Amino acid sequence: MASPGASTLPVLDVAGLAKRFGHVRALRGVAFTLGAGESLAVFGPNGAGKTTLLRVLAGLLRPDAGTVRIGGALLARGEASHRGRVGLISHHSLLYDGLSAAENLAFYARLYGLAEPHAAAARALEGVGLAARAGDRAGTFSRGMVQRLAIARALLHDPDVMLLDEPFSGLDQRAAAALRALLGRLRAERRTMVLVTHNLDEGLELATHVAIQVAGRFASLAPRDGDLAAYRARYAEATAGDA
Amino acid sequence: MTATASAERALRRGGVLMAVGLLMVAGVYVRALLFTPEEATQGLAQKIFYIHAPSAWVALYLAYGIVGIFSVLYLFLRDPRLDLLASSSAEVGTVFTTVVLVTGPIWGKTIWGAWWTWDARLTSTLFLYFIYLAYLVLRSAVEEPGRRARYSAVLGILGALLVPFIHMTVYLFRTLHPMPVVLQPGRPRVPGAMLVTILYSFLAFTVFYFGLLWRRYAWARLAAARAQGDAEGGADATR
Amino acid sequence: MRSVLGQAWAIAAKDLLLEFRSRTAFLSALVFTALVLAIFNFARDPTAVSSVDLAPSVLWITFSFAGVLGLNRAFSVEKENRTIDGLLLSPASRTALYLGKALANLVFVGAVEAIALPLFALFFNVPLLDVLGPLVLVIALATVGFVAVGTLMSSMAVNTRFGEMMLLVLVLPFLITPVSTAAEMTAKLFAHRPFAEWAPWLKLLGAYDITFVVLCTLVFEFTLEE
Repeated sequence: MASPGASTLPVLDVAGLAKRFGHVRALRGVAFTLGAGESLAVFGPNGAGKTTLLRVLAGLLRPDAGTVRIGGALLARGEASHRGRVGLISHHSLLYDGLSAAENLAFYARLYGLAEPHAAAARALEGVGLAARAGDRAGTFSRGMVQRLAIARALLHDPDVMLLDEPFSGLDQRAAAALRALLGRLRAERRTMVLVTHNLDEGLELATHVAIQVAGRFASLAPRDGDLAAYRARYAEATAGDA
Repeated sequence: MTATASAERALRRGGVLMAVGLLMVAGVYVRALLFTPEEATQGLAQKIFYIHAPSAWVALYLAYGIVGIFSVLYLFLRDPRLDLLASSSAEVGTVFTTVVLVTGPIWGKTIWGAWWTWDARLTSTLFLYFIYLAYLVLRSAVEEPGRRARYSAVLGILGALLVPFIHMTVYLFRTLHPMPVVLQPGRPRVPGAMLVTILYSFLAFTVFYFGLLWRRYAWARLAAARAQGDAEGGADATR
Repeated sequence: MRSVLGQAWAIAAKDLLLEFRSRTAFLSALVFTALVLAIFNFARDPTAVSSVDLAPSVLWITFSFAGVLGLNRAFSVEKENRTIDGLLLSPASRTALYLGKALANLVFVGAVEAIALPLFALFFNVPLLDVLGPLVLVIALATVGFVAVGTLMSSMAVNTRFGEMMLLVLVLPFLITPVSTAAEMTAKLFAHRPFAEWAPWLKLLGAYDITFVVLCTLVFEFTLEE
């Protein structure tokens, strides 16, 4: 699907992913490949299995079938080393309200085995413009600031692949614009990203490739080749049969 | 053969074994009451032993052993049928444990005049009951089948390893504490006819257990197959 | 700090820092202890049962239930903002997560015990100081056994419908051995019985601890979503 770019191995290579919960088949054969600097935006209605897909990519869920490879290496259960190559931003912040911003990041830096946790935390805070609030408890942050802190957390260990699950949800205009700028910067840094959302307005312009996920599989998957209106039409068509 | 049909066939076969077991258990009653001599000191009340003891064997060792073994197997193989088997055994085991806990006090009341004493075996059984109940409550509190199976398996393994510790704990208390002279249900010196009845009753209850287990397991498989069919049939219908 | 122990320590330190700042679970446990003391004061007939006889049972009932209050805290704290995902996403091993949580629980329960014990000695008028060494050993061993199983169970209970009640139901059968052996040994210590008299219980408790610490560590990863 995508030309891998400079290296011969794709950064993210997914094949035949399937996952069921009881009688619900959340994923029914999802496959795609991404090279360095490429971003995939996955649009789909609620219940399409987008979050499940992301959790499998992150290594949080074990698929019933299929493989995920990062830089050619298989992401297998129990392989802790691969977890350092993936960063996740979801609509939950994954941060401790009772700890300060710096404490949160230092904790994660320790878990990721970074050499100087406090220095790494300070750098990450600078990178998202939160250095001034380093000592404040995360519980006092606004939604937009929480999102920025979450991004700092996700970037701490310099992951190869960034996964974003509805990152714009709950953000006001200003915070959303700030987030868009941040993601633009990540793209410029040639990070590989997968973003899932039910809202076409978000993230379309950031993506190099677009997929529409319906009922556990990709109804369409192709390099981005149209504007918002075109995708709206395609999306409506793809989701029409799945009431 | 579809999953549903296969489960239904298993249900019928399990029913046969269960009926056989039930007949054998009835046979125990007949044999115990009519063909076995009365025990000297206790008289008629002693005959409860023929129900109490084999139930205890099934409940404490057989049923829970199977729960433990299949819990381990499930965690390795992840086949949902292994989980169904373990949980079926837990349910049947709970029933047998209830029998022990009911017949025990009845016997006790007749012999010693007290409904409950902290007798070693009865106490162990009571504590084992708590493990069974915890297992069943846990299953009822988890909706998603995969997680339910995983959690049950974890508890099943831990519980199986707890059983010997409970026995040892109770044993320590009973042997190192002076106790009123208590009947030894395990090792009476028995005349031939009684021995035969005892052995036969153990066999009968074991068969009955397997019959119940088979039937309960088949029932569980049937329920799962039906639910599966509904879910997939429904999903296909909208496409 | 990639080693398992290093990660476990980071997790435990984080837990303790959070608890230190909010103090809710700790204070609940202390309030519970005070309540038990007050109730026993009013409920007992001093002429009927000597308080020294009653003390070990009361002590261990208190430790058990106060302990369960602390156990709940361990994984419920990771539900907010789904921080459990953050832990599972990281390279931290599942064993490190278990050990870290267990360690934090140990410190927590230990702290409650350290405050409750002198209060009990005072109130029940038991000779504590001369048997303090062995008593602390007994308490430590029983707490280890209790925390090992309780940490594992709380990882499951937090995801069930009944939450805290579920934890109690799951953990209760496993308390039988540690609590009853510890209560027995406590009684023997208060009565200044020789070591030979309570040695068998010590061995049983030790065997229980080893078995269940190992088992729970091995089995813990199966309680996490995958």
